[in-house]
Amino acid sequence: MTKKQKKMVIRLAVSAIFFISAIIIEGTSSLAWIPFLAAYLFAGYDIPMKAVRNIRHGQVFDENFLMTVATIGAIFVGSLEEAVAVMLFYQVGELFSDYAVNRSRRSIQELMDINPEYANLVRDGVEEQVDPYEVEIGDTIIIRPGEKVPLDGVIRRGCSSLDTKALTGESMPVEVEEGQNVVSGSINLSGVLEVETTKLFDDSTVAKILELVENASSRKAKAENFITRFARIYTPIVVGLAVLLAVLPPVFIGGGWGTWLYRACSFLVVSCPCALVISVPLSFFGGLGAASKHGILMKGSNYLEALSKLDTVVFDKTGTLTTGRFQVSEVAPVHGDRQTLLELAALGEYHSNHPIALSVKEAYGKDIDPSRIGNVEELSGHGVHAQVLVDGGWKELYIGNQKLMDRQQVTIDTPASIQGTTLYLAEGSRYLGAIVISDTVRADVPAALKGLKEQGVRSLVMLTGDKEEVGRLVADKLGIDQVYGNLLPGDKVEQVEKLLGRKSAGKTLAFVGDGINDAPVLARADVGVAMGGIGSDAAVEAADVVIMDDEPSKIVDAMQIARKTMGIVQQNIVFAIGVKVLVLILVGLGYASMWAAVFGDVGVSVLAILNAIRALGYRREK
Amino acid sequence: MKKIIKLEGLCCANCAAKIEEGVKKLEGVKSASLSFMTQRLIMEVEDGREEELMEAARKIKDKIEPEADFKVIR
Repeated sequence: MTKKQKKMVIRLAVSAIFFISAIIIEGTSSLAWIPFLAAYLFAGYDIPMKAVRNIRHGQVFDENFLMTVATIGAIFVGSLEEAVAVMLFYQVGELFSDYAVNRSRRSIQELMDINPEYANLVRDGVEEQVDPYEVEIGDTIIIRPGEKVPLDGVIRRGCSSLDTKALTGESMPVEVEEGQNVVSGSINLSGVLEVETTKLFDDSTVAKILELVENASSRKAKAENFITRFARIYTPIVVGLAVLLAVLPPVFIGGGWGTWLYRACSFLVVSCPCALVISVPLSFFGGLGAASKHGILMKGSNYLEALSKLDTVVFDKTGTLTTGRFQVSEVAPVHGDRQTLLELAALGEYHSNHPIALSVKEAYGKDIDPSRIGNVEELSGHGVHAQVLVDGGWKELYIGNQKLMDRQQVTIDTPASIQGTTLYLAEGSRYLGAIVISDTVRADVPAALKGLKEQGVRSLVMLTGDKEEVGRLVADKLGIDQVYGNLLPGDKVEQVEKLLGRKSAGKTLAFVGDGINDAPVLARADVGVAMGGIGSDAAVEAADVVIMDDEPSKIVDAMQIARKTMGIVQQNIVFAIGVKVLVLILVGLGYASMWAAVFGDVGVSVLAILNAIRALGYRREK
Repeated sequence: MKKIIKLEGLCCANCAAKIEEGVKKLEGVKSASLSFMTQRLIMEVEDGREEELMEAARKIKDKIEPEADFKVIR
């Protein structure tokens, strides 16, 4: 609690004691007005003062003024007890909402506690602590265990594990060693690292993320704008009704000025718009916070609104649905087992650094004894011819494409894969088998697509620059409805525009890409989602929603958070307006007292805030 | 020119809405957004009139919520 809040708690406690004692002695003593007045002043002496000050500034219908008029009016008609109650509970409500707002501001700040305070800069062999802003590209910095990585860079010496939880929501530490990149904002856990910086602080990941998060709520959801517009007309209308209620009925209906003035004052109590106005942004703020806790950054609450209404999700293939890295996806030996064929291929490709050779060696996974490799001849455009030692005898191995096999007059009985690159193996002219190397689908994709369908997404679309058949093959395996291939980056925008025209009314379309070369598409979609935000500034800038790691299933989380938040927002709007209108009717007709009005103001406010806080508490279903 | 101002101590959501409304109506302000939760006023102003418009925004803030601090971030 802040100092101001603590002071308020004491004031309200004292006020409450006076209030209770006043109620106790009310029946027996004619001096009960003294503790009542004390209770009133302790609780709200500053409210009339603020009202007067604001009127001087030309601000008439603020809540200070409304509360002042309502309570003074109530005192005037002899309802001292109610007047004190209104003031006391109004202040309790204000204190509560102030506390709740601060709490949720703080919990989100803690969540995004990634701002590095300093960097250990090494200059001419001397280490000193400097502001991260002072570090230039190519400088050397030292990061000790427990410290935050202040700037993006490359490890020159040392190895360690990094905690990237604040960035990605992933709690598993990441192992890093010499030559690897480190991302600012992560925390060094175990070893001392010497890092050469590759970016200025302003361009570093941490600065980009902070900028995004801190300015997130500048793009407001429709519901948020609705509620402020509603508040702007709500208060004057209720105040107007209160005036009419005080003046007209006594003249036309009768029943005494006091009765109607009491009801009019109750109207003023209910006319305060704060409960409405606060509960909506607080819910959205909680939703944005819940998302960032899961490594999903959003540029505004309007995207929560849009994500809750997703109807079409368009994926880019390479780098988004697939890893964008080539891996062995198929091993098809004619005889024998797959491991033997892989071993032969790995031996033959031992000296090559071609990406395909690398993925073959990676798939083989074991160390290779170089003495088992004899003469190697690179056959450019065809493949490789290598002598390898197997079971004590040298074999003439040919590894390469169809052309190589034709040249060696090898008969192939495996059809070429259309999805990737097929590598054929032959010993002399005897065909041994084939290995297919292709871009692999991310492990997490099937779960992501299933989740989206469950959330009610109607169509899943895949766009790719590859051949349509290639895309089709991946799409069929994954259960994606529509595939558009052979697309240049410009064609992708056009295709998304067509899809935008086709979606159901009131629904939205999201494009999910890796942020590379697809900025125009990200911008054109209702929601542009970029994956793998870490290290890619382009993605952070172009997208509306950034998924920090590379799990496409985070979109499902984002959608669930959005749904939950929108649900809370709607509940709050309906509940707050509903109760207020109901209380107004009951009070107007004389069925409810000023106590009901207090509930219509403070009670609603507290309940709506408690509901809003739920938005922060999203947990992923396992 | 984009200007970011932190309104520390802003404690009433409705006042935030009123300040935002006021700043939006200033001639020379292209767009303005005040988030009650982050207490940030982000405004897009005409180039060369930053000082004048920030002063005007400060006046609006003083009128509606005098308790809040007006800190220019950039």
